[in-house]
Amino acid sequence: MIALSDYLIVSAFLVAIGVYGLVTKRNAMRLVFSVEILINAANINFIAFNRFLWPSALGQTAVLFSIALAAAEASVILAIVVVAYRIHDDVDVGELKNLRG
Amino acid sequence: MVDASDGVFLGMMVVTIGGAVAALEAREIVYGAVGLAASFAGVASLFFLLDSPFVAVFQITVYVGAVAVLLLFTVMLVRESRWFGDSPKIGAKAVAATTAGALALSLILTFSQAGFPSSGEQATAPSFTSIGQLLAGQFAPVLGALALVLAASVLSALALAKVDPEETA
Repeated sequence: MIALSDYLIVSAFLVAIGVYGLVTKRNAMRLVFSVEILINAANINFIAFNRFLWPSALGQTAVLFSIALAAAEASVILAIVVVAYRIHDDVDVGELKNLRG
Repeated sequence: MVDASDGVFLGMMVVTIGGAVAALEAREIVYGAVGLAASFAGVASLFFLLDSPFVAVFQITVYVGAVAVLLLFTVMLVRESRWFGDSPKIGAKAVAATTAGALALSLILTFSQAGFPSSGEQATAPSFTSIGQLLAGQFAPVLGALALVLAASVLSALALAKVDPEETA
């Protein structure tokens, strides 16, 4: 029998992997990957808690909104990455210094 | 007692976490994007196991079908061979891995100490109808706002990606 804590453990691992990627990577695409992994970890938590502690359609609806927002966010970030690549010929976030104060 | 769903859960856990690790650590970033797609599919299967087939199908459609393919195309547009050796210093990597491991450990310890009920068997899973009623009733304004946000994001992505002839000249 799979318990609530099993799902939470998967999501905890995903959070750790996402944070590790955000800290170590400088390639903008890998940073986007990390953000997507973090969003997925949050969604797993939402659905797991909804299933075990608060069985209603509310949690599933919230995750539907979350998935749609993540897709919108991904499209904008990827457009920014493509523009940065066109201007700087690079997507290393350490090299993109135009907005530095 | 071990049954079939336990095996499926373990397999999908391995796919989800392994795909996420591959997304960040694969030497060739295209393989990383494929690993990320596998991780998304694993998350969708976890949703199936959690009696949320509607969200699972939505996850497959949007994440595996759209976002992962979008990421793959962007990776192919911007990839260059000189990135292959750009991994950070071993020391920085070790510090980050230790921090992430400590974070995972503290989260897992918190979850195991929290005393959550171990079984959700008594609860019945909500039906598609109730999700639809929520979307069309209580959350109708949110749905409208979300539609506007999606339209704005697509328009802004198009505006950003538009090639300016003066800029490229």
